[in-house]
Amino acid sequence: MLPTLQIGPLAMPTGPLLLLLGVWLGTWLAEREADRLGLNRDTVSALALLGLIVGLVGARLGYAARYSEAYAADPLSLISNNLATFSLPEGLAAGLLAATLYGRRQGLPLRRTLDALAPLAGVLSGAAALAQLASGDGFGAPAQLPWSLYLWDDYRHPSQLYALLAALGVFGLWWRWGRAGFAGFGFLLMIAGLAATTVFLEAFRGDSLLLTGGWRSAQVGGLIVLAAALVWMRRWAESAQPGQSRT
Amino acid sequence: MPVRSLLLDPRRWWPFTAIVLLVGGLWTLGSRVATTDEAPRQANPHEGFPAPDFALENLSGETVALADYRGQVVIVNLWASWCGPCRAEMPALQNVYDDLAADGLVVLGVNSTAQDSEAAARSFVAENALTFPILLDRADDVSQTYRLRSLPSTFIVDRSGLIRAVLIGGPLSEAVLRSKIEDLLADAP
Repeated sequence: MLPTLQIGPLAMPTGPLLLLLGVWLGTWLAEREADRLGLNRDTVSALALLGLIVGLVGARLGYAARYSEAYAADPLSLISNNLATFSLPEGLAAGLLAATLYGRRQGLPLRRTLDALAPLAGVLSGAAALAQLASGDGFGAPAQLPWSLYLWDDYRHPSQLYALLAALGVFGLWWRWGRAGFAGFGFLLMIAGLAATTVFLEAFRGDSLLLTGGWRSAQVGGLIVLAAALVWMRRWAESAQPGQSRT
Repeated sequence: MPVRSLLLDPRRWWPFTAIVLLVGGLWTLGSRVATTDEAPRQANPHEGFPAPDFALENLSGETVALADYRGQVVIVNLWASWCGPCRAEMPALQNVYDDLAADGLVVLGVNSTAQDSEAAARSFVAENALTFPILLDRADDVSQTYRLRSLPSTFIVDRSGLIRAVLIGGPLSEAVLRSKIEDLLADAP
């Protein structure tokens, strides 16, 4: 566990640094994929960064909206450096909306653009697992196994390492098989793979967010995403012309 | 790839999809968490764990323990007088304490005395007219128990003694503090 990186007098939070590294690496890979798919790499890169930046702003505004009275009295807090004041659902919605609008405006083809962005999703998933390993978040359920990790005064499933390995595995699957075939297949393969591994691995987590009845929310969400990805895969396969190539 | 050949044949694809989702659904069903299955967690300075207890002297020499405030929402703020962000966030802590103490909020300002000067801490408290309890961590016990890595560090503890937020670094604004305690104060004592 290494939650902060001490560089001289500066204490830098390791998790966000790893996520930034993931954004850089994922965007670089997305640019390479854009080249391979015959898309303008700068436009794809701008779309990814715009989505991420608008997503961050949306996540902060979404959080502030929940506590509107406090933030109305102290609006400068909106630009606080505090990392605990973001709201993921609003951030995702804002980021996706901005990226969609930008993509349409630039005339980017939807499925091929999603294919180009697939490696970004895989790399971010791996970076998130590493960030959780560094901060001690996303910890596993107690377990006495030869590979258990001693964390928070207990031997636990190394759930962050499971997630990292799963992200690498799905990335490998995408690299080997997801970069050929009909437009949109690579993206859906990546999403389906990440959703399936989430459904499987969440069972080993010790900090799951629970719904009524003890259901783990990440598993329920993962199943919904997996179902949508599999249905869409068939629909897009159907609509692809026989012998159609993406590039 | 096998998946792509499956995809081309709907008679095979839909059963495949159904089997994948059925297996996933059963796995999800089997990995539900019953509250009775969960062993009580040990105290740890991390979100979701019971806050490690401590007892320290305040500026008047009286011993104050975190456990004394069970049933109230507690902000444990680790600080030092030489730390700029710590000094900058003290007015925000004082303001929320003034506003919300009647609703069940307690602020414990734990001075990291082992790396500060007690005189400097007292002088800072007097200059800023801080009225919430200031505790002196002379032996560095709380800093070690709470695995202090950066000053200031703030732990938000709910009425049942669970840590609900860990805020590393600062300065924290009033809005951030209020957003983290508003829901907890609304919980019944």
